[in-house]
Amino acid sequence: MKSIWISATAMVLLAGTGPAFSQSAASAAATAPELDYRPVPGMFQAPPGDTLGEMQGVATNSKGHVFAFFRGPRTRLWEFDQNGKFVKEIGKGYYGFQFAHSVRVDAHDNIWTVDEGTNVVTKFDPTGTKVLMVIGHRPDAAEGPVATPHGPLPPDGKYTLCRPTDVAFDGEDNIFISDGYCNNRVVKYDKNGRFLAEVGSEKKGSGVNQFNLPHGIQVDRQGNVYVADRTNNRYVVLDNNLKWKTAYTNVGTAWSACISQGPHQYLFVSNSNPNGNGPGTWDRTGQIYKMELDGTVIGKFGHAGKLAPGFQVVHMMDCRDPDRIIVGEIESWRMQEFVNQGGAAGNNRGSK
Amino acid sequence: MKRLATLLLSCAALALPAAAQEIATTPSQPLQLPADTFFGAAAGVATNSRGDVFVYTRNGDPTITLGGSRAFAHGGSSLYEFAPDGKFLRQIGKENYGFLAAQAVRVDAHDNIWVVDAYSNMVIKMDPQGRIAMLLGRKPEAVNVPAAPDHGRAPPGAPPASGMPSDLFEGPADVAFDGAGNIFVADGLHNARVAKFNAQGVFMKSWGGRGAGEGQFASPRSIAVDATGNVYVADRGNNRIQVFDNNGVFKKAITGAGDPMALCISPGAHQYIYASNSNPVDDLDHGGEIFKLELDGTVVGRFGRAGKLPGEFGTVNAIDCRNPAALYVAEMGNWRVQKIALH
Repeated sequence: MKSIWISATAMVLLAGTGPAFSQSAASAAATAPELDYRPVPGMFQAPPGDTLGEMQGVATNSKGHVFAFFRGPRTRLWEFDQNGKFVKEIGKGYYGFQFAHSVRVDAHDNIWTVDEGTNVVTKFDPTGTKVLMVIGHRPDAAEGPVATPHGPLPPDGKYTLCRPTDVAFDGEDNIFISDGYCNNRVVKYDKNGRFLAEVGSEKKGSGVNQFNLPHGIQVDRQGNVYVADRTNNRYVVLDNNLKWKTAYTNVGTAWSACISQGPHQYLFVSNSNPNGNGPGTWDRTGQIYKMELDGTVIGKFGHAGKLAPGFQVVHMMDCRDPDRIIVGEIESWRMQEFVNQGGAAGNNRGSK
Repeated sequence: MKRLATLLLSCAALALPAAAQEIATTPSQPLQLPADTFFGAAAGVATNSRGDVFVYTRNGDPTITLGGSRAFAHGGSSLYEFAPDGKFLRQIGKENYGFLAAQAVRVDAHDNIWVVDAYSNMVIKMDPQGRIAMLLGRKPEAVNVPAAPDHGRAPPGAPPASGMPSDLFEGPADVAFDGAGNIFVADGLHNARVAKFNAQGVFMKSWGGRGAGEGQFASPRSIAVDATGNVYVADRGNNRIQVFDNNGVFKKAITGAGDPMALCISPGAHQYIYASNSNPVDDLDHGGEIFKLELDGTVVGRFGRAGKLPGEFGTVNAIDCRNPAALYVAEMGNWRVQKIALH
């Protein structure tokens, strides 16, 4: 029995690096079937007289309410209801909001924000009125203005973050943080914020156990950890103790990862088009891929474009319901909703 | 099962020094902020004679202006007052010119409110209504971008970081008062001295300088005065509390309470010292506990540890012990103020 298990594991590991999954981004783009996810036009509107900004984070809670974490004149967190109606602003003037990067909602509907200006991850209660926990340390203003650092970075610390990017949770409420733009690592804390493990360090790299801008993170039901290793153009899969398992390299620029809930979990990833709309980039990038957790590409939807429903640098997706994808974009300052209209491989509702 | 319990108990006993008895506590967070108001790094906490609670917190963004001939900083910290039951009463000093990087708040014997700000380099005395009563130090007119490292100042020939003979501070950390109204400032984030002023704010003397010898400091981060006028200084970095007489003559060093960052001496006939062995912000796995000591340095007990749960502490920066059975503790790391009932 044990040997069967070992060989099955070996097969999975082989499959992760085998020819079936090492197709280039271009070939995945060429061969992946188009899925019928259609936009819901004008779904999310700012209240009159107000405006959204660079849309870094999007997330939903169990009621279907949508949270948008974005960079306006200050960093702001807005809550919309399931119909896209504005409900309220959360954390107005909060000390842990300076430069938005990600928002996630845990299994208990607590709202978590990741701010790469303050280097702080915050756990709010489900109403957004109480701060339950902060992880990381905001640099002290008393040190005065600090020049943008160049050159070697200080060693990463257990309890300090360096421009963190995203947060995720497993079934035991352990906390996983991708950290980030200056550190290049993934950190695991227990539910009380106590350090458990890390992989990577402040040094960037492209090998095993190394990252170059870990930009997004998710955990599947088995506790495996998926990391969008952005500059390495790969999605890294780790086990629950952050032991390296495999990497998917066939879906482009690796900006953001989302794993859906429900009995059959899917991995959605974004091959986001780069800033600046350079020549040819729109032909190669912009789509969202829907994958099996093992890395098999099921299909894709969306394309780069300035106007809705085009994507202008997708920064984050919510896929709690794999048939309702909410997409936050940086350069269009908007958030869009896409609904799976069924048909072929894209229809999950029929197979539930 | 019983054997296991015994084993666990004996392990716990082994882990603690015999003198440091664990004090049972009941933590709570009674302070209620209004909507859309949050604590940031909770630097200072103090109570007045009515039991009102004052919290000085870094909870905003100090702003440096662009498009002018002087790059000056403003904003960033707030002072709040709560009723004894935790109900929010008011914000004091909104738009105050000197509130940049909260460091400490203390209340004197006449219920005046004193604020120490680490970035404006000011010690601000307000009357019980919150009106400005006296100012020590002056906020720098402009800031350098990027900031030059500040290692403290001293007159030529004087010990490093021993400070100028004046009320110009370099990163003041805390303030305390004796029975005559004399003012003692721990000028300790960049300088390493204690400065004494009389009740009218006249500079009298200062002592210290950077070092580990008697009367020198690594970083004097907190200060308190007992009923007889002795001055207790948390010498953070040197793992000791130094005790001086009222004129700064070294009397003794108290060790055995970790590396103290926050100090409080309780009122009443029998005074106690509460001292926090505050964990650094990047380490939640060591220290963090608060010690209760006799004035002679005998450790009475200890409670808490570094962590994020209720009753644990994240880099304690201030302790209020007006009521020695119910302390208020301000945390820089956890962005909260806890009330800790001691049993």
